[in-house]
Amino acid sequence: MRACVKRDGIVMRTAEEARPSPDTLLKLANAEEAESERAKLKIFLGYASGVGKTYAMLEAARQRMRDGRDLVSAVVESHGRSETESLLEGLEAIPKAQIDDMGVLLPEMDLDAVLARRPQIALVDELAHSNAAGSRHEKRWQDVEELLAAGIDVYTTVNIQHFESLNDVVAQITGVIVSETVPDSLLDRAAEIRLVDIPPEDLLQRLQEGKIYIPVKEQLTAEQFFKPGNLMALRELSLRRAASRVDDQMRAYMESRSIQGPWPVAEKLLVCLSGSPYSERLIRATKRLADEMKADWQAVYIETPGVSRHVSENRERVWRDLRLAESLGAQVATLTSTSIAEALIGYAVKNNVTKIVVGKPTKPRWRELLRQPLVDRIIRVSGSIDVQVVSITDEQKIPAARVFRPGTPTPWPGYLKSLALVLATSLVCEPAHRYLAPTNLVMIYLLAVVFAATRLGRRPAALTAFLSVLAFDFFFVPPRFTFAASDPEYLITFGALFTVGIVISTLVSQSRERAEAIREREVQTASLYHLSRDLAVASDLTGILDAIVRNIEESLGAQIALLLPEGERLEVRRANSDLSLDMKELAVADWAFKKCSPAGRGTDTLVSAQLLYLPIATTGDVLGILGLRLGDESDYASPLSRRLLQAFVTQAALAIERVHLGKQAEQAQVLQARDTLERALMNSISHDLRTPLVSITGALGALRDKGRVFEADTREELLDGAFEEAGRLNRFVGNLLDMTRLESGALKLKQVPCDVQDVFGCALAALEPQLGKRVIEVRVPSWVELVRMDMVLMTQVVINLLDNALKYTPVESNIDLTAGLAGHTLNLTISDRGPGIPEHDLKRVFDKFFRLPVPEGAGGTGLGLSICKGIVEAHSGNIRAENRDGGGLRMIVELPFT
Amino acid sequence: MPDKRKKIVPNLKSSTNVPRVLIVDDEVTILRFLKTALDTGEFSLHQAENGHTALAAATACRPDIILLDLGLPDMDGIEVIRRIREWSQVPIIVLSVRDGEDDKVGALDAGADDYLTKPFSVAELQARIRVWLRRSPHQASEPIFSCRGLEVDLSHRRVVVRGEVVQLTPTEYDLLRLLVNHAGKVLTHDQILRGIWGAAYAEHQNVLRVNISNLRQKIEKDPSQPRYIVTELGVGYRLKSE
Repeated sequence: MRACVKRDGIVMRTAEEARPSPDTLLKLANAEEAESERAKLKIFLGYASGVGKTYAMLEAARQRMRDGRDLVSAVVESHGRSETESLLEGLEAIPKAQIDDMGVLLPEMDLDAVLARRPQIALVDELAHSNAAGSRHEKRWQDVEELLAAGIDVYTTVNIQHFESLNDVVAQITGVIVSETVPDSLLDRAAEIRLVDIPPEDLLQRLQEGKIYIPVKEQLTAEQFFKPGNLMALRELSLRRAASRVDDQMRAYMESRSIQGPWPVAEKLLVCLSGSPYSERLIRATKRLADEMKADWQAVYIETPGVSRHVSENRERVWRDLRLAESLGAQVATLTSTSIAEALIGYAVKNNVTKIVVGKPTKPRWRELLRQPLVDRIIRVSGSIDVQVVSITDEQKIPAARVFRPGTPTPWPGYLKSLALVLATSLVCEPAHRYLAPTNLVMIYLLAVVFAATRLGRRPAALTAFLSVLAFDFFFVPPRFTFAASDPEYLITFGALFTVGIVISTLVSQSRERAEAIREREVQTASLYHLSRDLAVASDLTGILDAIVRNIEESLGAQIALLLPEGERLEVRRANSDLSLDMKELAVADWAFKKCSPAGRGTDTLVSAQLLYLPIATTGDVLGILGLRLGDESDYASPLSRRLLQAFVTQAALAIERVHLGKQAEQAQVLQARDTLERALMNSISHDLRTPLVSITGALGALRDKGRVFEADTREELLDGAFEEAGRLNRFVGNLLDMTRLESGALKLKQVPCDVQDVFGCALAALEPQLGKRVIEVRVPSWVELVRMDMVLMTQVVINLLDNALKYTPVESNIDLTAGLAGHTLNLTISDRGPGIPEHDLKRVFDKFFRLPVPEGAGGTGLGLSICKGIVEAHSGNIRAENRDGGGLRMIVELPFT
Repeated sequence: MPDKRKKIVPNLKSSTNVPRVLIVDDEVTILRFLKTALDTGEFSLHQAENGHTALAAATACRPDIILLDLGLPDMDGIEVIRRIREWSQVPIIVLSVRDGEDDKVGALDAGADDYLTKPFSVAELQARIRVWLRRSPHQASEPIFSCRGLEVDLSHRRVVVRGEVVQLTPTEYDLLRLLVNHAGKVLTHDQILRGIWGAAYAEHQNVLRVNISNLRQKIEKDPSQPRYIVTELGVGYRLKSE
């Protein structure tokens, strides 16, 4: 019937070899892995209150306890039943939290206490329970998800009618709408489902004996609910659901053990949503169909730019429908196309959909004559894809409460205006009718209709058309001032006037609405454009944050707060002045950050918060949180503002990430620079450490050699060389130690008042052996007072500078050593008459391992001056080198002097 | 190897007429180096590898001078000094590593007499040992200190530099007298401040520095290259006695 390459491939493979496909194994491995890692959920499933779910759960719990598992009762209601209470005895119970709901304290499960307690198993009764406003989650099943995510096994109880996909079926069977629903995915992920079943007769018996607790909320409907027929149907539903679950497990088992079986081919269902009130039923029907067929399913909404009447209402409904479909396990998508049928089939082909589900047309037959129904159009272009038409007619009573009927406000002023307009037109026509034929007066009325269409909207324009016909007939068609017409030909004129009026009004108002929609989209695009332009210009985080705040404020009229992680916690980086976040708000933001999911107002989680919190996230990383207070309450639910917000948040996330990445790149560069330096250090160290060792070990080795006799001179020379080199080695090690200490920040200055002259004296004393016959001119004016500094280190600076001067200048040249005060600075200068330093190297001499060629060969360590720089800078001072007039180098140390 | 050991063993012979030197160091190579360096026949050498054996040896062999390394495996070198000072005034020369100013000050304050920074030359070590052996028994009672042109007559409070009488303020004189009384010994800032101004001035190093500066102006030929009062960087001052 259908030719599908993919399917044929699968069939062939299963026929050829009994090995499970790699995909299957992977899926299984993933599932098993997730299974072993994830906490297990055990559901005690019943078909009505009173079947004994809680009792069964407690019995199982006691068994587990006997097995030595750590188990607590997070929330279990005994409802005063003595059997249940006796089972509860000896079970550790976590006290309930009191949630403040507008002044009333309501007991709810203390989620945080359970999380803190970290038992192996937690008992959570009544999965479908709705939490009091002010709790973290709206629903208890969300609490359970969090417990599971924290690695705590959960035992829970639920009735079959609470499952989302069965919601409407149950409503059909019993006529009772169950408002507390649980997503089916929870049932699917349960590691174990225990069906708690008693015959309906016994259940009714128990009800009559008053042994069944009915919650207050359900008491009104209980009578309707507990009917033998209902109970039997519900029982069957639950048995079937449990059985299908067993079937799934069986299939998984068979697949893993490569047991040959009549594998159903992979079906894929697609349902098209239109935003009609029946879409919800269509979604549930598709879900059930998909479940029966064990097929994946998808839901698409196709936006046609032409048909955008009631844009916002429709979008809102579509948005809700898509969310419902998603919660029922569908993949959802929104497409834009001029033709629904073609877009739908195109999508179906691309996604290997095998079956398209559409609703049976609900419009009257005559409408089909005007416009071919969508179903027909789809079937025409569907090609090899099956099309399943689901009946969703009005006969299947949809509970009125569930039907969404959009109420448009009646444009009364518009109607009045159209009435006035027609009267005015009639007045204008009155004097004209003497000169014009009645058929030409029609044109004036038409003008009025066009005017109404452009100014008043569609419905008043239609009314104008209708009134025009009446007015024309009454005032100008002979006999005048009656609704009778002398000539039946006028009927054509009436019909034409009315039809043209309606068509014009429809067309004009459509184009107006379209223009409106375009304008709206334009505004969105413009605001996004402004944001992205501002973000592109912003170079740092501050600029980006400012741009985000400014643009969102302007485009949405919202008050916003931007929170970014600062170490372990979130910190408010930007916020409107009248927006102060208290601890509770911050906790909500924190939750949204940790879970990377929206929270707060307008979401399902922590709804009592003042603001809506959206995670600013890129793939994998949450970079921050955007907190918003929107101008209008309806904006929170509006898909339009949500979509715009999402676009903003995505832009913001990209921009912030860009800054992060930039920072990382910078760090990488710094690391690389440090790496290069370290390599230079290693090279230098190995060279500078080894060279002296070569001389020392060489000399000692030669002297130790018993076979050789040295002349006294040679001996002396060898020993002198070794001694000198040992000294050099010692200096080098000393420098390295100083450098390390300076760089690691381990150096602590011991600043005491020092006599500058003493510093010079100590330096000269230390260098005495090297000085020889050199003349060192020391000038310290007597008025130079004691200066606070670390004397040992500053002496080291002077020693290094002097040592340099000694090394690089001829023996006969003088060296000047002066100190002086200039303002609040103490200047120490060491001036020589040596060769100086090339201008471009003046700064580099303070770099580590920078060495100038030395006349005598034996150079320094390349560390001396950088150590000086480190020490001087640690004193908040400054060191520089300059070439003197007339040749020579001057080193200047400037120290702050207070 | 055996021949090397033979070389050392005779040095440990106990002799009554030569001064006894106790070497305390846990580094075997340094011990060996010190013993070789001091094996000139003028000292009898004793050794200890840790604090406890050092204390035991100090009581057992009654050394005339102790060379003490501060980094000992079993106890702090400063603690060793303190315990020895409880009963003996034997000169102690501390051998410390470079830049251990705090250790040096701590050791001197605890009662050590001198220190040498590693690495040091053998000549320097021998010279220091000789100085301390020479002055130990009877130095303090000399009324007149005289050294390279500086003459201090303690009984008449007279200071003569290169033949000229120098007028000193009472504080300067007290400072010089303290240095003279401990000529050759390093006095820490703390010791000098307590000795002259009292414990309350222990933190006022600037008082000391000003007075040293003034004293140098009066007695030194070139105050920037002092010959008498030398600064021991980060530790204190010493009056050169030879």
